[in-house]
Amino acid sequence: MAKVIKHKGIKRLILIILTYSIIQALISVGIINDYLQATIATICINIILAVSLNLITGFTGQFSLGHAGFMSIGAYVCALITMQYPSTPGFVLGVFAGAIAAALVGIMVGLPTLRLRGDYLAIATLGMAEIIRIVFLNMKITNGAAGLNGVPQFTNWPWLFVFTAGTILAISNFLKSSHGRACISIREDEIASEAMGINTTKYKVAAFTIAAFFGGIAGALYASYFYFLKPDLFGFAKSVDILVIVVFGGMGSISGSVLAAILLALISTYLQSFPEIRMILYSAMLVVIMIFRPHGLMGSKEISLAAFERIGREGLKYAGFKRK
Amino acid sequence: MPVLSVNRLTKSFGGLTAVSNVSLELFEGELVGLIGPNGAGKTTVFNLLTGVYAPTSGTITLFKDGKETSLEGLKPYTICNAGLARTFQNVRLFKDLTVLDNVRIAMHKNIKYGFLSGMLHLPSYRREEQEIIDESLKLLEIFDLGHKKDEFAKNLPYGEQRHLEIARALATNPSLLLLDEPAAGMNPAETVKLTELIGWIRKEFNLTILLIEHDMSLVMKICERIYVLDYGKVIASGKPEDVKNNKSVIEAYLGEDVSDA
Repeated sequence: MAKVIKHKGIKRLILIILTYSIIQALISVGIINDYLQATIATICINIILAVSLNLITGFTGQFSLGHAGFMSIGAYVCALITMQYPSTPGFVLGVFAGAIAAALVGIMVGLPTLRLRGDYLAIATLGMAEIIRIVFLNMKITNGAAGLNGVPQFTNWPWLFVFTAGTILAISNFLKSSHGRACISIREDEIASEAMGINTTKYKVAAFTIAAFFGGIAGALYASYFYFLKPDLFGFAKSVDILVIVVFGGMGSISGSVLAAILLALISTYLQSFPEIRMILYSAMLVVIMIFRPHGLMGSKEISLAAFERIGREGLKYAGFKRK
Repeated sequence: MPVLSVNRLTKSFGGLTAVSNVSLELFEGELVGLIGPNGAGKTTVFNLLTGVYAPTSGTITLFKDGKETSLEGLKPYTICNAGLARTFQNVRLFKDLTVLDNVRIAMHKNIKYGFLSGMLHLPSYRREEQEIIDESLKLLEIFDLGHKKDEFAKNLPYGEQRHLEIARALATNPSLLLLDEPAAGMNPAETVKLTELIGWIRKEFNLTILLIEHDMSLVMKICERIYVLDYGKVIASGKPEDVKNNKSVIEAYLGEDVSDA
């Protein structure tokens, strides 16, 4: 058993290093230009946002429409700190301070609102995100509606990679732990879960807080890459964008969220060439895909290394068979 | 020694008194039945005992390992952790999770590692998870579900879902187990098997069991004592044969004798 775990761990590590070095190589050779790098940054930030929102929506079964609110807290806190201390330690401090600030707000908001269910909770979280937006709109330190300009740029591919891979690993590990199973049991049947000794309020708030933490990280990375922030960037539309990625990838599938974040960013980048009808095409595509895959790309399944191996083996067998 | 003592328990929903002045006493190792016609308030009593509803008045006291716990007004999860587990009238499994996960979730209170350890899969996580898996498999083996540990709960046949629900309740390590119509929807052969199983787990796990059941043959065969509920009140209690011949019980089930009228 121990051998298998080790084996799996090594394979995972190789995959992680490979992904990192291939992209890094493509960047240094110049195949991935600045424009594509911005797309990659968007993809990574969206992966973090979608995976963390999936923890609330897909795994714990609580409907949240306020994820952009947590993102904005991370973004503003990190921006303000890095503008004060424009250095790498300042940036790292900013990211974690932003994440912790978002998590604290997550607890504060979660405790009273998570008694609500379904659409009521959705409305409450939507309200929360609006309150956060309006607070930033009226604060002096955030420069109100004009926004913050000239946030020092520290986010680059290595940082994006570290935080994205870190988020995916932390959340998928969490879901395999007993605390994660407690969250999933709430989605499955809240009454049964409570009857089996699980403090459902505690775990709902925990899921909310963890998701807010990682949402804050995504915001911080955003601020430090796109160096301009204004409250309108984090409105209702942004929350819906994140939710679309989650639903599109599949509620309750981490790999689905990752896949959806990549696909949607690529589609949207490609559609930049048709600016007039871009949003129409994008929406139409979503409609079509949801008709054919109503549970999202992955449903609640995960892509595993074993599945790739199986596909590879089957593929080889098939190819060999064909050649004969 | 009593395991559960319920004193003058009452629950009103607006003007309707669903349970009124119900007093029960369960002793260690007993198997007690709670019966009554439809709508008599049996499931309401269960829901009061397990914290789904808060009682309007009355007291519920659970004794475990020499400790007294007043259950009225507590949340369901605290009641479960105090040592009272239940199954549901309509099976409430975690349908989209595996058989193993269903049982593992019920063992959550044994977990000591924190959130961070769970996220980073530290050694304490690995050790405790392995213990939980071993415990769960042992339990599943008892219910003959070991070979189905990786199947989704929803894909099990109905009888096995019922068994899994009992296994899941036992995973919380209770001293008192409440079974809400465990034989509902089972065929006679399955019911016989279930009867044996209930008798066996009572001895094996040193349990006290309170069960609601419509299947009279099952109740009469395995229960040592019976409480009969009608219109929210206890109308009779005692040994099965006494209850069977009790006049008010017969009236509650069959209606009053109208030949004299």
